[in-house]
Amino acid sequence: MQFGIFTVGDVTTDPTTGKTPTEHERIKATVAIAKKAEEVGLDVFATGEHHNPPFAAPANPTVLLSHIAAATERITLSTSTTLITTNDPVRLAEDYAYLQHLADGRMDLMLGRGNTGPVYPWFGRDIRQGVELAVENYALLRKLWDEDVVSWQGKFRTPLQGFTSTPRPLDGVAPFVWHGSIRTPEIAEQAAYYGDGFFHNNIFWPISHTKQMVALYRRRFEHYGHGTADQAIVGLGGQVFMAKNSQDAKNQFRPYFNNAPVYGHGPSMEDFAEQTPLTVGSPQEVIDRYAAMREHVGDYQRQLFLIDHAGLPLKTVLEQLDMLGEDVVPVLRKEMAAGRPAHVPDAPTHASRVAAAGGHKDSTVYADADDVTGASPTAQ
Amino acid sequence: MSHIIALTAGLSQPSSTRILTDAMATASQNELEGLGDLDVHIEVIELRDYAHDIVDNMLTGFASSRLEELKTKVIAADGLIATTPVFSQSFSGLFKSFLDVLDQKSLINKPLYLGATAGTARHSLALEYAIRPVFAYFRAATVPTAVFAASEDWGDTAGVSGDLESRVARGAKEFATLILGNNLTTTKAIDELETPDFETLLRQGGIEF
Repeated sequence: MQFGIFTVGDVTTDPTTGKTPTEHERIKATVAIAKKAEEVGLDVFATGEHHNPPFAAPANPTVLLSHIAAATERITLSTSTTLITTNDPVRLAEDYAYLQHLADGRMDLMLGRGNTGPVYPWFGRDIRQGVELAVENYALLRKLWDEDVVSWQGKFRTPLQGFTSTPRPLDGVAPFVWHGSIRTPEIAEQAAYYGDGFFHNNIFWPISHTKQMVALYRRRFEHYGHGTADQAIVGLGGQVFMAKNSQDAKNQFRPYFNNAPVYGHGPSMEDFAEQTPLTVGSPQEVIDRYAAMREHVGDYQRQLFLIDHAGLPLKTVLEQLDMLGEDVVPVLRKEMAAGRPAHVPDAPTHASRVAAAGGHKDSTVYADADDVTGASPTAQ
Repeated sequence: MSHIIALTAGLSQPSSTRILTDAMATASQNELEGLGDLDVHIEVIELRDYAHDIVDNMLTGFASSRLEELKTKVIAADGLIATTPVFSQSFSGLFKSFLDVLDQKSLINKPLYLGATAGTARHSLALEYAIRPVFAYFRAATVPTAVFAASEDWGDTAGVSGDLESRVARGAKEFATLILGNNLTTTKAIDELETPDFETLLRQGGIEF
């Protein structure tokens, strides 16, 4: 079971001080948060992709993740999400394979469609074709990673003839892919079809809904012959704010909650906490809430927490990470391991995928020649 | 056996919209029984009691469990009575906000009996020009008579188009007849997880697999 954090990279005014971070401060804070996540023993850091204010998340997450890869040693780098609809799958294949090499395989990615209508036309796309774009672009991305030489014709991009995406995936094993969707059954179906992971970002949703989406994915995963339903690879979102004393946590977080993007100025914090996974309280309350998640969705593989949004200052976020790493995750690891059937797999890693594919290998495609450097040494 | 939900968006308590709703519900029950349906269940629900849930749904994108229960009841009903006060020449914001958080498939072919109240008869066509078209969008089977009641109707016995009681009875008769003779496929439940299988999606996209 992996535990980590995911960020949307929002640049939000701290409602308690009226201070808004600059983009520069937010970007540097994101790096500090990722490094801290590794330091406190978390397994995953994931970043969103954004193309508009008020976000300072990268437009291309591999830029940020490459930087963090160089500054860390153990943590797995991921995305939340990479837009499969508006990005050219050729660039995704190239950029994420390059990141995979730089990070020595310590990465994966989560694909999403993006729900901001105006972003689509900035990249020549139409949100009404969101599902079709996700289906076609991912089919091509898979091919670009799994086959050295690709010829392709689809509806949404220039055809490819004898195209090789470089660099080739490290060890000939493509990065593991999660598909993130909140309420689109077609995406759960897609994840199941390919035997990929399914991530339900349930932070704004009741668990009853999450349960249905995960159940659909598990049922279809088994249908497509990738294993039994309880062996499907499931990830969940989460949102917490902690203090040693439960009431202190509520008092400290309330102004951030009340003014937060998305749900602020809406339901009370207590109602929202009851209806969604948001947990504001002591570390023990967080443990109790999240240890029970598997009762709804079955034993799962990845739990990511949102802890750095709504204008929370860096200092507070780092304190939250200390509590998460010291008081919460070690206990959750034990509780989640207890009673977990042996045939339920862990989240796939590069190492486990290489082992399954028969070990390390050089996947380089050596070209015969090019008109800049002349003939390839292997072609002599 | 007919299950009817009567939704009223009146705000004051007691509201004239609620009084109209009760009259429409009672008349509908009488008509249904007159046509031989002796097992009629009509539940009158005030949207006022769900006002916060409805706004929260608009802001968060999901319904609280009690609002979800209400939506399920509306979707499952054999017929719907819906009433609103006329505010600024149209339905109340609360009434429209509820429709805004309701899945647009919820009312397909569902017999619907509309009513509205206002302080003056000058608003009487708000039902026909502002409210009825919204339900055309929902593809509801709205009955021809929609009942409008202005302040003077509550004391008058012979308004322009007859007294209020006879208009209520006329709409109720149309409503009952439609419910008992409804052979169209009416939405009774919505499966949000319905999806074509993935090979169909690939085929639709012209993608080889």
